Amino acid sequence: MTTPLLTVRDLSVQFHGNRVASALNQVSFELGQDEVLGLLGESGSGKSVTLRTLLRLHPARSTRIQGEIRVGGQDVLALKGRALDLYRGGTVSMVFQEPGLAFDPVYTIGRQITEAIRAHESIDARSAAARALQMLEMVQIPQARRRFDAYPHELSGGMRQRAMIALALACKPKLLLADEPTTALDATVQIQILLLLRELQRETGMSVIFVTHDIGAAVEVADRIAVMYAGRIVEQQPVDRIVHTPRHPYTEGLLAATVGPEHRGQPLRAIPGSPPDLAALPPGCSFAPRCAYVSEQCRRDRPPLLAADDQALACWHPVRGLVEAA
Amino acid sequence: MNTPSQASPAPERGGRPQPLLVVRDLKKHFPVRDSGFGGPRKFVHAVDGVNFSVPKGKTLGIVGESGCGKSTTARLVARLMPADAGSLIFDGEGVAEFRGLHLKEFRRKLQMVFQDSFASLNPRLTIAETVAYGPRVHGTPAAKAMQQARELLDRVGLDAANFANRYPHELSGGQRQRVNIARALAYDPQLVILDEAVAALDKSVQAQVLNLLQELKAERGLTYLFISHDLHVVHYLSDYVMVMYLGQVIETGPVERIYGHTAHPYTRALLSAVPSMDPARRTEASPLAGDPPNPINPPSGCRFRDRCPRAHAVCADRAPELAAIHGAPEHFAACHLNDTASGHPDAGQEFSA
Repeated sequence: MTTPLLTVRDLSVQFHGNRVASALNQVSFELGQDEVLGLLGESGSGKSVTLRTLLRLHPARSTRIQGEIRVGGQDVLALKGRALDLYRGGTVSMVFQEPGLAFDPVYTIGRQITEAIRAHESIDARSAAARALQMLEMVQIPQARRRFDAYPHELSGGMRQRAMIALALACKPKLLLADEPTTALDATVQIQILLLLRELQRETGMSVIFVTHDIGAAVEVADRIAVMYAGRIVEQQPVDRIVHTPRHPYTEGLLAATVGPEHRGQPLRAIPGSPPDLAALPPGCSFAPRCAYVSEQCRRDRPPLLAADDQALACWHPVRGLVEAA
Repeated sequence: MNTPSQASPAPERGGRPQPLLVVRDLKKHFPVRDSGFGGPRKFVHAVDGVNFSVPKGKTLGIVGESGCGKSTTARLVARLMPADAGSLIFDGEGVAEFRGLHLKEFRRKLQMVFQDSFASLNPRLTIAETVAYGPRVHGTPAAKAMQQARELLDRVGLDAANFANRYPHELSGGQRQRVNIARALAYDPQLVILDEAVAALDKSVQAQVLNLLQELKAERGLTYLFISHDLHVVHYLSDYVMVMYLGQVIETGPVERIYGHTAHPYTRALLSAVPSMDPARRTEASPLAGDPPNPINPPSGCRFRDRCPRAHAVCADRAPELAAIHGAPEHFAACHLNDTASGHPDAGQEFSA
C-alpha cells in the first residue's frame, strides 16, 4: 500500500435540525488500491453517513462537515460544479440498498445506464448504448438484450440489484461504495450478488467500501473490516483476525450475539441496552453504558483510536491489547 | 405474576398429546388484475395445499424465500383473511365453525407479532394503554387491565415506571418489539405467531429479544409459529422446521433432521447459501441460480425443478408427494429422489447432506 486511493482524516458530520445530531465523530481511515473495506455497524452507527459524505450527498444547508477527504489526491470537500458532477459516478460510484427506489421508474434500464455514460463522456448515443448493454452482460443478467429495454418494475429484486451495479460501474469508477447492497434480498440471491461483487472487484481492480450490519456478508467480500459504533470507528483489523480475535468489547459482543448453529439450547450472550442517542452522546466512550469491562475512566475520557500496522482500536480496556499481538 | 389470569393460561381442551394446531390442505389464491381484454383470469397461488400440525409447547419454524407463502399461511391461520379451501383445527376444535363469541375466544388464544414494530402499534396510545386495550375489550375492568399491562411491561424488560406513559415513536425498534410481545401476551394466548418478528432488529438487540422469547415460552408453556428467512435464528428457536417453496411445503421435520440430514435439494441449497463467517472458507459458487419463479405460472410437476441441480424428466411429469423419509419418524420431504419407485435415475441413493 504505497499512496492510498482514499484518505479520510478526522471526518465529523453534524446534522442541524430541531436538534443537533453528531452522526460522525472524527472518523479516520485509509483505503488502498484494489482493497475491499467492510464497514460494519448497527443502525445509527454512521456507516451509511460515511458513504454519503464521501459522495457529498447530504444537503449542504443542514449539514456541517469537518475534516478531510482525499480521493486520488483530489480534495473532495472542495469540489464544486462540473468537477463534483464528474467525481460522482466517474471517480466514485455507489450501489444503494433499495434498487427499486434508486432507478427512475419511467425510463428503461438501458436508457438510464446510457444516460449516465453520456453525462460523463463525450460519446455518441449508439456506442454509449452498446457499452450499456456490455455492462448488463458483465453483471451476468441473462438475456441482457431483452432486459436492456425493460422498466425497473419488470425485473426481480436480484436482477434490479445487478442492473444497479452495472449502472454504478458504467463509468469505470476507481472506488465503489456499496451501501447494504444485499440486505433487501433473499439469502439465495444475496450470495449471488456477493459473489458477483467479488468477481467484478477482482477483474477491474477497483477499491470497494462495503457497508453492512451483517458480519457474515462482510466476511464474504472484505479484506479488512472497520467496526463502527455511535459515529466512530472503534476497531479495525484484517477480516480473518476480526472474527477470530476481536479486541474491542463491542466487536466481541456482536460476534457472540450473532446466532450460529452452536448456540442451540442455550441463552444467547446478548449485549444489554440499546445504541445511544446521537443527539446526547455520553462524554466518555459511547459504548461504556453497555460494556461489561467498563471503568471510571471509560465514563470520563473518550478513548483515542490508536493505530498499529494494519489495525486500529479505540478502547481503554480491550479484550486483547494491540501490543500483545504486534 | 400475582394476578390469577396470568398464572393460569387458558385451559386446554383437547388434552396434552393432541396437537395445538392442525392445518389441512390450506389454499389461498389471489386473483391478478387482468389486462382488461377478456383474457383468461390469472391467480397467484400463494398457498397451495399446505398441511402441518404444531404440537403443544413446541416451536414450528417456517422458512423459505420471499413469495413462498409463509406470511400468507400465518395470516390464514390467524383468520386475518379467509382461506379459499382447507380446514384448521385448534386445540381439538374446528376453527371454520367459529362464529361470534367462539371466534372472539379463538382470537384471544392466538396472537400475532409482526415484523414492522412501528406500524403495528397505535401511535396515539401510550404503550401501557396499547397493552391494556385488548383485555379491556375482552371484559377485564380498566384498572385491572392497566395493572396487568404494567406488570407485563416489566416482564418484557421495559421498566413500567419509566416507560408506561411513553408513545411508540419515543421508543427504539427493540423496545417497540417488546411492547408488541407484551401486547400479544396480555390475552394469555396459547399460540403466538411471530412473523419475521426479529428480522428488523439490530444483531445485538435481536439476541435480547430471542432470549426473551425463549424465557416466556418456558414460563407460560407457549406454542410458537415462527416465520423467518434467517436460517440461523430458526435453527436456534425451533423444535420443528417446515420449508416452503412457491406455496407448497417441500420438507418438514424435527430441526436436527432438517439441518443435519435434509432430504430435499432445495433445503440443502438454502442452507448452503448462508454465509460461513469464516474468511478461510468463503463460498465459491452460488448454490442456486436465479430468483424464485413466478407464482402465477408455477412450473409443471415439481415446482423446484427449473432451479434444481438434480432435476430429471420425471420431475417435469409428476409432482412429488410429501412422503415420509424411511427410518426417520416425523421427517417428510417432497422429492422424487427419496422414492425408488419414482423413476428418477438417482432415486434411493444416499442423500448426502
